[in-house]
Amino acid sequence: MSLLFDEKTKVVIQGITGREGQARALLMKEYGTNVVAGVTPGRAGQNVHGVPVFDTVQEAVDQVGPLEASVIFIPAALCKAAAFEAIDAGVKLLVIVPDRVPLYDVLEIAAHAQAKGARFVGPNTLGMITPGRAVLGMIGGRAASARDWFKVGPVGVASRSGGMTTAVSYYLGRAGVGLSRVIHVGGDSVVGSPHPDVMLALEADPGTKAVVMLGEIGTTQEERVAELRETGRFTKPLVAWIGGAAAKSGTRFSHAGAIVEGGRGSWDGKVARLQEAGARVVENFDDIPQVTSQLLAEMGIKGQVNP
Amino acid sequence: MARLYEHQSKKLLAQGGLTIPRGRVAASPEEAAEIAVELGGPVVVKAQAWVTGRASAGGVRFADDPPAAREAAAAIIGMQLKNFTVQEVLVEERLDLAREMYVGLIIDDTLKCPRLIFSSLGGTGIEEIAREHPDQVVQTPVDITQGLWEYQARDLLCRLDIRGELQGKLTKALVAFYRVCRRHEARSAEINPLVLTADGRVLAADCHMAIDDYAVFRHPDLGIDIAREFDRPATPLEKAAYQVEAGDHRGTFYFLQMAENYPAGSRHVGFHGAGGGGSMMSMDALLRQGFHIANFCDTSGNPSASKVYRAARIILSQPNLDAYFASGSGVASQEQYHSARGLVKAFREVNLSLPAVIRIGGNSERQAMEILAAGTADLPGRVEAFGRDTSAVHCAGRLVELVDGWDYQAAPPPPPAPRPPEDAYSFDTITGSLHIDHAACLACANQPCVAACPAGVLRLEDGRPVLALSPADVRRGRCTECLACELACQFEGRGALFIELPIPGLPASPGQGE
Repeated sequence: MSLLFDEKTKVVIQGITGREGQARALLMKEYGTNVVAGVTPGRAGQNVHGVPVFDTVQEAVDQVGPLEASVIFIPAALCKAAAFEAIDAGVKLLVIVPDRVPLYDVLEIAAHAQAKGARFVGPNTLGMITPGRAVLGMIGGRAASARDWFKVGPVGVASRSGGMTTAVSYYLGRAGVGLSRVIHVGGDSVVGSPHPDVMLALEADPGTKAVVMLGEIGTTQEERVAELRETGRFTKPLVAWIGGAAAKSGTRFSHAGAIVEGGRGSWDGKVARLQEAGARVVENFDDIPQVTSQLLAEMGIKGQVNP
Repeated sequence: MARLYEHQSKKLLAQGGLTIPRGRVAASPEEAAEIAVELGGPVVVKAQAWVTGRASAGGVRFADDPPAAREAAAAIIGMQLKNFTVQEVLVEERLDLAREMYVGLIIDDTLKCPRLIFSSLGGTGIEEIAREHPDQVVQTPVDITQGLWEYQARDLLCRLDIRGELQGKLTKALVAFYRVCRRHEARSAEINPLVLTADGRVLAADCHMAIDDYAVFRHPDLGIDIAREFDRPATPLEKAAYQVEAGDHRGTFYFLQMAENYPAGSRHVGFHGAGGGGSMMSMDALLRQGFHIANFCDTSGNPSASKVYRAARIILSQPNLDAYFASGSGVASQEQYHSARGLVKAFREVNLSLPAVIRIGGNSERQAMEILAAGTADLPGRVEAFGRDTSAVHCAGRLVELVDGWDYQAAPPPPPAPRPPEDAYSFDTITGSLHIDHAACLACANQPCVAACPAGVLRLEDGRPVLALSPADVRRGRCTECLACELACQFEGRGALFIELPIPGLPASPGQGE
């Protein structure tokens, strides 16, 4: 399954009886997400906001039928096991919300997902929202806010910062720019679906006419997006902003990164590469809505659609 | 990344089957001389610090005999290397080098796997060497489930035409190095130089290793007290802050001390962020206004009110602050009244006497702004709160106006001591304890604490609030420490209820502008 989902996508919530699981189950259900099952070992037979709880993901599949997406609210140390469980039960799209998942666990999840044809977003993600249709994760916090903050329209948003995902979406909406897909790729250095993967998904999404990407210093995600543009695999108009311009660059401890990556990862390098590749790079965050609005006007596209 | 000292990394390499030079750590010149005696012959004395470039800074010295080792250690111990004050030296046998090579490991974010790098040239200036001699650098991704096979290591070495006996020894060294990295969950590691001695031995002459912060909990044997990317030892305040992070997993908590020993009036701001991206943007806005960041504390991802309270207390404990600035992305998914209550409790306890700008946009921002306004109106400091429609840039500008117009000379009254009486009714919460002075409650007309609690923790018994749930359930988290009862009691009741949230290691008297 791709990264794109809607109100028909069948969703399971792992860790549904916990503090976050309960609160976000309510958000997702009220917003319109098709949450058909929850999983917490030892809690089979309970229900959370009307969602039946099972002991294992496989049991949920046996009872309610195939599950397409899983949202994981499990303590970080146990995320690897939860992700493997979902993948082995045939789930093809995972949203791994928790922060502090050990890096080698993420690598193992990535290898297993690839072997089984599954994809994941996160870890350390607020999740994703298809405005007006469905949400996976905790983005928006509660349904009323999510409806208020995310307007429906033609622009896809992808961000490496959770808070900024919501903020830029809200400010775009205030400027009359509605959104087709909003994806927080996750704050960690290794994530399941980094910006290049998201750009490919948005390229394939007919409802997305232009993209706003919030990048950050570190990793090679934004440089790889520039490569996708130059090789013609991502062609939609792109507005990009890179966070961390004034951040103190860390004192590096090992030479290996520099040997392998050369100049990649820096603010200057990312901005230059994206500009070369034809993206509109915005320096001041507060200017993003106006620049995007202008872009849509040039394209002759209406900014907002009533849901 | 939690960095290890050279001697720690080398111990892990030795446990994994690699050969390291004979030697050990000394904390004094005398001890260094003793080790030189034990080793016999020439030694090398190396500063133990989490920095690169030690040799060029004079942190690595050769000594032919024990008195010279003593002298070298005396010169190095206490030396300042970047932000790091050297406390220990590693005294090792001096090797007779025939050749210097390099092996390193990083995590490849594109392929999502470890990547092993080998260079047939190594030593000081490896980055320049690799640039000038790219043909001497080889690398391979490593399958996380399979690990590094010997044949893959041999393939790398063949590409550099390393053959025969040396190929065999290096193959074993590379495989052992990868296994050490994997076992201890190294986020980055390198042996530089990996040396061949004149008598044909392959040894790890130097090693840097940084462990994945998020995996440190699985490696208590490494003795890492703070799992953080530091290029210096943690400050006492950072150690106190880390205990908060380790003791409360509700939401994110991250504290970093950015400045020390600055005078009052130098435009240093205590910065309270929410989320990495929003914090970076907000700090940029402050820096552009000419402020300095004294410290950085991030509470995000739906933190408890008690956690936000502790963050504010830790931020304010740093002396000579000119202001307090809280700002994240501006549109938080979490309910912002939790953060507002945490800030109010902290500001009241230190009797805040500074200007503060709190950008608290997001869910329930209106309620959060009301809590802040009502809860700080009588403080000597001035607290202004803003919602999601006000940008970080605007808020930073407002802080300039407040700081420029502030009278820092006016001596603030000392903070009140909200200690509960000895015989208070008390019970434990998940990270603290709650105390109620029942004598005062009897004079309270409406007991607003009971109604304020969203979790139904309290009930009335003969006109006094008492536990409505089992103490064990409350201690396990049924009371979320939302602080609603305490604020209700302070403003609508008799000030009889106090939630004690200890912060071990916090300096006794809060600084705020002294």
